[in-house]
Amino acid sequence: MEIIVCIKQVPETTEVKIDPETKRIVREGVKGIVNPYDTYALEEAIRLKERFGGETTVITMGPAQAEGALREALAMGIDRAILLSDRQFGGSDTLATSYALACAVRKLGSFHLIICGRETLDGSTGQVGPELAVHLGIPYLTFVSRINNLTEEGLECMRLMEDHYETLLLPLPALITVVKEINEPRLPSLRGLLKAKKAEIPVWTTGELEGELNRFGQEGSPTRVVDCWHPEMKQEGKVVKGEVDTLVETLYAQLKQIGVI
Amino acid sequence: MIIRLRKELCTGCQKCVEVCPFGAIDWQDNLPVINEKCQFCRKCIKECPENALFLEEEEVKVDTSAYRGIWFFAEQRKGKLASVSLELLQVALNLKESLGEEVAAVLMGYRIDSLAQELTERGCDKVYLIDRPELENFLEEPYALALTELINRYKPNIVVAAATMMGRSFFPSVAARLKTGLTADCTQLSIDPETKLLVQTRPTFGGNLMARIICRWHRPQMATIRPKMVEPAPIKDCKGQVFQEGITGKLNSLVRLLSQRQAENIVDLQEAEIIVSGGRGLGEGKNFELLRELAELLGAAIGASRAAVDAGWIPYPHQVGQTGRTVKPKIYLACGISGAIQHLAGMRTSDFIIAINKDPEAPIFKVCHLGLVGDIFQIIPLLIRKLKENKKENS
Repeated sequence: MEIIVCIKQVPETTEVKIDPETKRIVREGVKGIVNPYDTYALEEAIRLKERFGGETTVITMGPAQAEGALREALAMGIDRAILLSDRQFGGSDTLATSYALACAVRKLGSFHLIICGRETLDGSTGQVGPELAVHLGIPYLTFVSRINNLTEEGLECMRLMEDHYETLLLPLPALITVVKEINEPRLPSLRGLLKAKKAEIPVWTTGELEGELNRFGQEGSPTRVVDCWHPEMKQEGKVVKGEVDTLVETLYAQLKQIGVI
Repeated sequence: MIIRLRKELCTGCQKCVEVCPFGAIDWQDNLPVINEKCQFCRKCIKECPENALFLEEEEVKVDTSAYRGIWFFAEQRKGKLASVSLELLQVALNLKESLGEEVAAVLMGYRIDSLAQELTERGCDKVYLIDRPELENFLEEPYALALTELINRYKPNIVVAAATMMGRSFFPSVAARLKTGLTADCTQLSIDPETKLLVQTRPTFGGNLMARIICRWHRPQMATIRPKMVEPAPIKDCKGQVFQEGITGKLNSLVRLLSQRQAENIVDLQEAEIIVSGGRGLGEGKNFELLRELAELLGAAIGASRAAVDAGWIPYPHQVGQTGRTVKPKIYLACGISGAIQHLAGMRTSDFIIAINKDPEAPIFKVCHLGLVGDIFQIIPLLIRKLKENKKENS
């Protein structure tokens, strides 16, 4: 089974620290990590390979330092990695990102399954996976929480929708996005770490991708961020300290006032 | 589009580097160099004291005037209109006030024509109904194909769906087929008074940063909207038109639905009037029993923070927040929840928030209406006792 995993490097924390004086983001010392939701995608790819054989490939698009995320994936046990990096990819929204990934997948050749995390920690759109599937003209399933079986007909998957579980059959080649219930990602082994350190990671630019140039990066992105700001937290209510009895009295009185007791 | 520098004006103050939320400005040879992380938010341009940075935009002329109308995808599950569909109608009606274009719903399923009236009587001008057996159960492909064909037929200006599992599953596919933009999980939509463009506001970085996004040269302008951001549209005895729409393309799905079953004990957090929610402060899973006892007395549902779910104390369907459910109950009682911004994103719009936490500095106290600084293991048992006494007196 040939499996491709698409991942993203994200800041270690979304809790962007704000300098209380200048009200600006403190960026120093914020490390890049593999998007946590993508670690489940990597783990599932490795498990499928262990069960059914084949090869696993990880792709990411990002600046040169995103290579770090790829090495983490290799250390877990992914076989090879590709970095898409080019100034031209800058300013990509989900449509342009998924287009670039689709070009890279085509260049890689044949595959059976693409796995993505359900969304990223920073952008949280969850759109790149489904959009990638559309570019490639393959079926997809979102929010997969379990892979039951692989048969000649395809992959039998489960997912939880708002109020019910579904079992679905997905013919391959296809794409899935996975949620954290699907597995427990492994830690890299020492051998994995050594292998990852030495691995050669090819860097593909727009030139290598054979796509339409105006569909990459800013130019290929219909959406634009025109403004961004930090939400203000408003102190609206009162905060009470004191003896337990007083606290409970206050709480009880409040519940009574709202009319629930 | 590119951000450029008038080198002669730059004094090297590095303010641009400091204000950039994306770390997209490197400092090289005493000058700012904008790297590929740039999202074109223009913060650097605004903040530069010397006006040394500016935006160079290539004008692309596309005829966007052919696209008119505000559409929303009216979600139905098993023949019942989801309550979020009426919220979307309200969002669309609000946009209509500033834009003056008509509001239309797209309703898809099988034997669902009776649902159209629920929308028209609330002010929806038009309902496009696609009634096909292939649409009885939700599957990404047929839903995306049907909506894409309808959009190509009528060319709406704006198309929105709810940021539910369904909306977030199939809307990206529609947007990619139409090669247009899609903004996920918006908390607010408005119309720019000058450009008449749809201004889409959404939280990013787990809610630590808010962004306004537009889609200038592509149509339709598409977004998914977080549930519970507005009240559902009320009944106004309006009359609208209902159109039965045929689809010429095949609505086959390569994916096959083998079986589905109702999730047992599914917590319908989104419908609950009172939610009692627990976090890390509970210390261990069995302490959720305390909250369950309280919830039973109050007729409340049980929620949880991500920390509690990650620790395995309670299953994921209970999770409130960015990656869980968005809720808006009458009362949200947060017990031992510090209030990480991801959690706040899922419950901030609750009518009345009560927080109990030992740590007076916990961020939850910044958003609550009533905060109690104290030990949940002392406060809740005492409250339970009082509630029980009260019940006895009244019975």
